[in-house]
Amino acid sequence: MTDFLNALALMSNFAIVPGLAYGSQLALGALGVTLVYGVLRFSNFAHGEIMSFGAMVTILVTWALQARGINLGPLPTALLALPVGIAITIGLCLVTDRLVYRYYRQTKTQPVTYLIVSVGVMFFLGGLIRFIIGPNDQVFNDGTRFIMKASAFKEMTGLDQGLAIKASQSITVVTAVIIVCVLFWFLNKTRAGKSMRAYSDNEDLALLSGINPERVVMITWIIAGALACIAGTLYGLDKSYKPFTFLQLLLPIFASAIVGGIGNPFGAIAGGFVIAFSELFVTFAYKKVLAYLLPIGFAPDGLVQLLSTDYKFSVSFMILVIVLLIKPTGLFSGRTL
Amino acid sequence: MTPRAKHLSLFGMMALLLIMVGLLQSWNVALTILNLCLISAIMTLGVNIQWGYAGLFNAGVMGFTALGGLAAVLVSVPAVPEAWQAGGSRTMLGLCFGGISIGIAVVTWLKTANWGKNRYWLTGAVVAAGYAVMRVTVDPGIAAIEAVEPAKTGFLGGFGLPILFAWLVGGAFAAGAAWVVGKIALGLRSDYLAIATLGISEIIIYFLKNEDWLTRGVKNVNGLPRPVPYEIDLQSAVWIQTWAERLGIPVIEASSIIVKLSYAALFLSVLLVVFWLSETALKSPWGRMMRAIRDNEIAASAMGKDITWRHLQVFVLGSAVVGIAGAMLTTLDGQFTPASYQPLRFTFLIWVMVIVGGSGNNLGAVIGGFVIWFFWIEAEPIGLALMDLITAGMDTDSALRHHLMENAAHMRLMTMGLVLLLALRFAPQGLIPEGKR
Repeated sequence: MTDFLNALALMSNFAIVPGLAYGSQLALGALGVTLVYGVLRFSNFAHGEIMSFGAMVTILVTWALQARGINLGPLPTALLALPVGIAITIGLCLVTDRLVYRYYRQTKTQPVTYLIVSVGVMFFLGGLIRFIIGPNDQVFNDGTRFIMKASAFKEMTGLDQGLAIKASQSITVVTAVIIVCVLFWFLNKTRAGKSMRAYSDNEDLALLSGINPERVVMITWIIAGALACIAGTLYGLDKSYKPFTFLQLLLPIFASAIVGGIGNPFGAIAGGFVIAFSELFVTFAYKKVLAYLLPIGFAPDGLVQLLSTDYKFSVSFMILVIVLLIKPTGLFSGRTL
Repeated sequence: MTPRAKHLSLFGMMALLLIMVGLLQSWNVALTILNLCLISAIMTLGVNIQWGYAGLFNAGVMGFTALGGLAAVLVSVPAVPEAWQAGGSRTMLGLCFGGISIGIAVVTWLKTANWGKNRYWLTGAVVAAGYAVMRVTVDPGIAAIEAVEPAKTGFLGGFGLPILFAWLVGGAFAAGAAWVVGKIALGLRSDYLAIATLGISEIIIYFLKNEDWLTRGVKNVNGLPRPVPYEIDLQSAVWIQTWAERLGIPVIEASSIIVKLSYAALFLSVLLVVFWLSETALKSPWGRMMRAIRDNEIAASAMGKDITWRHLQVFVLGSAVVGIAGAMLTTLDGQFTPASYQPLRFTFLIWVMVIVGGSGNNLGAVIGGFVIWFFWIEAEPIGLALMDLITAGMDTDSALRHHLMENAAHMRLMTMGLVLLLALRFAPQGLIPEGKR
């Protein structure tokens, strides 16, 4: 029995807890991509950079707060700075829509052109971010690091394996749950949310019913901007902030959105967790777990790792390929917004 | 102005810019830029075949470039006999197992079409078993190979052939990868191709970074053989010395100029061949058919054209051209550094070139490659000078000025984004529009 619990603690420590946090971050990112896809009908390649931009603004505000000696005690100061970051990120989304995307919407351009336009926005934002904050690593998490230390867990349970839970991980999961609940309430219960779903479902019918398309688009950008800023900041808190990583994050985020069925918010969340857990489970070294579970003497020699950790990001792509081959419309197809 | 005069003036201005760099900075810099302009132009031609002829968005240019680079290593580097002895046969055997199991998996998948859900499980089991067999065979082999003098070799090496062959092999590698990606993603919605290619390019880079037995990974492969003479040998040649004396330039500079000029000649001949081939293809019935498919897929398919197959064809062809350019790039660098492949530089910059140059027009693609590469390189000195001018009024030790000067280099990303957005908005046809035929 202790062996089993030890194995469970080991798995939780290295795969399940990090997976929950990472999955929440991916889900929030994928929600933004999926909403923009559902309403504006294009894959937004700039979404990673919008996340990065939001995180950057939050970091700058955090620094300003820290300089004035304001903090949240055990919680990271970044949470206090987050609303400012969200506001500015929403502003950025609305400005880019006004200056860039609106023209293509009015001329009814095909989706591929939209996609290239978003690549242009991605380039510009990437440069802007590096210009403002520089290309280096920024650590801005000043709260308590752990809510449960590995040693404390060992003492508490008497197991050999420790389970550490970082404060940033629990903040990520809690925030994500709150955000998702608010978002679903908004989409299903409010007038604005319903008009958004109607527009995404059938544009012509929505227009006939008197829904103002510009307003729907505006709301979409507001939500997408807020989600992106939150996702970027949480990712930065949990790992560290580096402008370059957000282009790499784009692939798992797209994979999450597509695996769940692009345009479907519920699918985006499910996809985020599918991708996150597969990345961690496939690159997890099962050697010690097996040593606990198998009878003595049967412990394997190798690491028993399906793929080396370096291939973490490629797992999302493999899942994407499998889904594209077997069910191109995603796991939860048929339902949009 | 007739189109011909416009083209001539565009290329004339480009030449003028390069000559100005030669006069103001140095001829070495000008020739370095020219060489990379030529390679960029070939890449742009490749992407233009996909985008301009068929409307396919390939976001994986970087991966195909890197495969070209891998070809340069595998073809030109001499084999490492110790490594082959240590684990070569074992690794090769394992890879054969891997290949065979992929084959069995594909056959299983194809033969069990009416098995329902069991089909997925059976194919999955075949893949898993094949993967396990491969890993068990390959892993000790790889470990043995990587243990052979890790500081110097630690990889299998290549075939020790002249590096020029690598240009063809690079094209073949890229074509093979493109075939697989195309099989999966073509025929689905257009943005899935973009995302799938983005993914495959990242995986190729991860593969090259981590499979040390094949590529030395992040330890890089340095000192690839060259298709042109070395500067040192040139410097001792009598005719160079007399020429340098007559022109009044140092012998060292003269030798490196000659090396760069010979590269330029090689690249230019490849560019001309690729250009001629793509122009001929574009004007042929095949090219007309591709444009018809691009402009109206439904009409073309009603005329009996197999859209997915034609898309696959054009996707493979374009990627092959990108692979050739990738091999040329690694040849020019003389080293293979997997960590240097960045999507912004190798994928999206190429896209800026295609859009700015004029999609669907080969001449436009070439001029786009030249212009954008030129400004990508020169944006740094220009940006620095600009920042210097803007901040001239500030204190020399002001923190803001220091920050602005330090990060001025990132201006070029912003500039490229702006150029792309402006081009798409105000000149979607590019510098040289496709025009009516």
